Amino acid sequence: MTPARAAFGLFLAFLVAAPFALPEFYVTLMNYIGLAALVTLGLVLLTGVAGLMSFGQQAFVGIGAYATGVLTTVYAVSPWLSLPAGLALTGLAALGIGAITVRLSGHYLPISTIAWGIALYFVFGNLEILGRYNGLQGVPPITVGGWTVDSGRDSYVLIWVATLAALVAARNLLDSRSGRAVRALRFRGTMAESFGVDTARLKLVVFLYAALLAALSGWLYAHFLRFVSPGPFNVNAGIEYLFMAVVGGASSVWGAVVGASVLTMLKEWLKDILPALFEQSGNYEVIVFGVLMVALLHRTSAGLMPAFARLVPTSRREARPREAAPLARRERPRAGEPLLDVRAAHKQFGGLVAVSHLSFDMKSGEILGLIGPNGAGKSTMFNLITGVLAADDGEILFRGERIDRLPSRDIARRGIGRTFQHVNLVGAMSVLENVAIGAHLRGRHGSVASILRLDRAEEARLRAEAARQVERAGLGEHLLDAAGSLPLGQQRLVEIARALAADPVLLLLDEPAAGLRYREKQALAALLRGLREEGISILLVEHDMDFVMGLVDRLVVMDFGEKLAEGLPQEIQRNPAVIEAYLGGIE
Amino acid sequence: MTAEIVAWLAQDGITNGAIYALLALALLLVFTVTRVIFVPQGEFIAYAALSLALMESGRVPGTIYILLAGGALAAAMETARAVRERALARLPRILALYVVLPAAVAGAVWWAVPRNLAQWVQILLVLAMVVPLGPIMYRVAYQPLASASVLVLFIVSMAVHYVLMGLSLVFFGGEGLRSRPFSEGQFQLGVLNVSAQSLWVVAASLVLIAALWFLFERTIYGKALRATAVNRVGARLVGIPTNLMGQLSFLLAAFIGAVSGILISPITTLYYDTGFIIGLKGFVGAILGGMVSYPLAAVGALAVGLLESFASFWASAYKESIVFTLIIPVLVWLSLRSHHVEEEEEK
Repeated sequence: MTPARAAFGLFLAFLVAAPFALPEFYVTLMNYIGLAALVTLGLVLLTGVAGLMSFGQQAFVGIGAYATGVLTTVYAVSPWLSLPAGLALTGLAALGIGAITVRLSGHYLPISTIAWGIALYFVFGNLEILGRYNGLQGVPPITVGGWTVDSGRDSYVLIWVATLAALVAARNLLDSRSGRAVRALRFRGTMAESFGVDTARLKLVVFLYAALLAALSGWLYAHFLRFVSPGPFNVNAGIEYLFMAVVGGASSVWGAVVGASVLTMLKEWLKDILPALFEQSGNYEVIVFGVLMVALLHRTSAGLMPAFARLVPTSRREARPREAAPLARRERPRAGEPLLDVRAAHKQFGGLVAVSHLSFDMKSGEILGLIGPNGAGKSTMFNLITGVLAADDGEILFRGERIDRLPSRDIARRGIGRTFQHVNLVGAMSVLENVAIGAHLRGRHGSVASILRLDRAEEARLRAEAARQVERAGLGEHLLDAAGSLPLGQQRLVEIARALAADPVLLLLDEPAAGLRYREKQALAALLRGLREEGISILLVEHDMDFVMGLVDRLVVMDFGEKLAEGLPQEIQRNPAVIEAYLGGIE
Repeated sequence: MTAEIVAWLAQDGITNGAIYALLALALLLVFTVTRVIFVPQGEFIAYAALSLALMESGRVPGTIYILLAGGALAAAMETARAVRERALARLPRILALYVVLPAAVAGAVWWAVPRNLAQWVQILLVLAMVVPLGPIMYRVAYQPLASASVLVLFIVSMAVHYVLMGLSLVFFGGEGLRSRPFSEGQFQLGVLNVSAQSLWVVAASLVLIAALWFLFERTIYGKALRATAVNRVGARLVGIPTNLMGQLSFLLAAFIGAVSGILISPITTLYYDTGFIIGLKGFVGAILGGMVSYPLAAVGALAVGLLESFASFWASAYKESIVFTLIIPVLVWLSLRSHHVEEEEEK
């Protein structure tokens, strides 16, 4: 048993013992902790992991609570029917709000969450059927079989079973094909799209999951308190959930429990002791609370969970993947078939022409070098081919099909894999997981399947495939290291392994040899030749001329966005225009 | 709805909108320079307005204690750093800035209150009390976290807001206060009765906006602020002290907040916690300006003021709902329009 499992076991033992050992008051407190942890957990995924800041979670708690409140008191519906009804209503609301707002970028998202949060609060407080600001009285208790959940201790069971289930679900989700993509959303959206992830849809999925957790918390809350009023669903509540996420540590699912516990207990404790300290009445809790929060964040701006994790010497390393049946591979075009055809592609940024009506083509089985001085437009050309940027003019054909109007995830689906000039890895994830993102399109199980762990067989094959590619790139000993901890040259090799995991027909490499030592360069050249033998074509941008000349079949030289020359390496080396571009003219 | 009501609502909306515009500018300034979403902006409004009202009624506002305590805290942190870095030569400057100056202001307020001086003197004293709280706040709460994420900085902002709001209740009490108008006049403009105070608000906002424009376009400090806003690391590399810029942006924001509070306190009854929602609407204005453009932020804030004024006429209970819901379509439109720009930044 690993220490992490032991810590988890201890936590479970505490949860089981708590309702027997603790006085009523603390059981109630634990109930509030569980309810808050559910909402905060959604926020950890949404804000901490996927990077979408939301101030609006309390609104979804409110929808869940009011849905069951109205259905059970006004229409006398069973709570077990009002739960799915509330979840469905919340889901619809979240899909509606999310479809509009999740695609908002930057600061538009947080402000719009404040906006709908405030708007819904006033709707709750002003609708006749919701009892206006007086709220709804007499919400019935939940019954399970013959058991009526009407005491704090009964509710405890229900609340913590739900919370634990949600924690396990969140952990399962993060540790899967979808989870890897979610973890790439925050800083690496362009990269994820380049490997076939529909980031907009995935953001919506995370948003929906967070909203449903909030609604579940609302349902439990309504039947635990037996009363619903607008007060707990105002903007301050939403901000409090954010506090919990940040204080607990927004990058870990357990941070939700830590944050919810610390904040709930702290507030209760302050309410208890402060009136005794200050004779004069006043809102001293908020002052002390605020001071403590600032002091805490000064000490640990990543939240408490990382500090807790250091206390438990966890077996930080994930397991090495086992052998598994290899994934299906794409059929490859025969050598010599036309592969890529760039026709007069043009891209302009304001007044700067990055690529100027450039044309070239590539045959299958070829290694084509794209060279030119800095700023010649090589990386822009890569971005045009992979759909990261849209061409202003011209056509790009891949195996006879136009791809220049497709989003990059659809281009990836057709068998184009790429690396990035500026290394584009998720630094906190292991090398293995980063490479597994490359194989995203070779799996098909989605978020729900991974929450239920129905994806394990496929997941094993994806991880085994990723491990094979890491091995192949010569990084076997770093398989489980955090990608961000490797030196830059090796991070570039991780990029190549990730592109290979996509099983590409055409591989686009942007300066793969930069930062590598002599021997590593030789190994890389050998790897690329091996790929050519396998029928993978390679388009290569590189500045190291020894490396390029010894490897490529043909060269295209760019300068100021235009094609300067094209031909065999020996011809290019003698071409006066190329020599002038690189070395300057001879007087 | 008659033309008269429209004109009256418009006047109300423009007056409030002018205040929101000022706040939007301050929020934008602080955000671009420090990445802090400046929630405590609302407290500067409340502190200034309530301090002025208290002084007019002959009481010493508790703001001076906050100033003294905050100054002492900042002095302690600076001294600790100076000792750690073995730079004791800094001590006199630290003492002068964070201890002597606040003490002098507190003394002046103490002396002035029972003498019931002219309103403009009292306003100057209020500014002297409230504005230094800005840089002190930056030094104490934000500077140690200058490189943290926007989310963490926001949480710090909320915590600071809680502290200041709690102190506000302690020192100003729960009752609403108003200060005397600068001038009592009313005059007729067509069908409209324009109050002189509204004109003061609009005029002062315009002057301040012009002054800010001058600062950013024509002075070296303004340019240094802009440089820090565009690229923090780059600014540091060319020798701009980014911590000082952070303090400067907080100083300006505190000044703008305090002036806003002084301007509106004769027209609106302010409570210890009113500042927050006023600040929030300024924030919405700033967002409508895309968090980057000053003129757009001002226009956005004006729109918020007008929208609020008309919404409160038609459906006063849903006023806030309407203001905040109607913003969503605007946000969507802005986001769609700016899509390709953000794509390039994402690298």
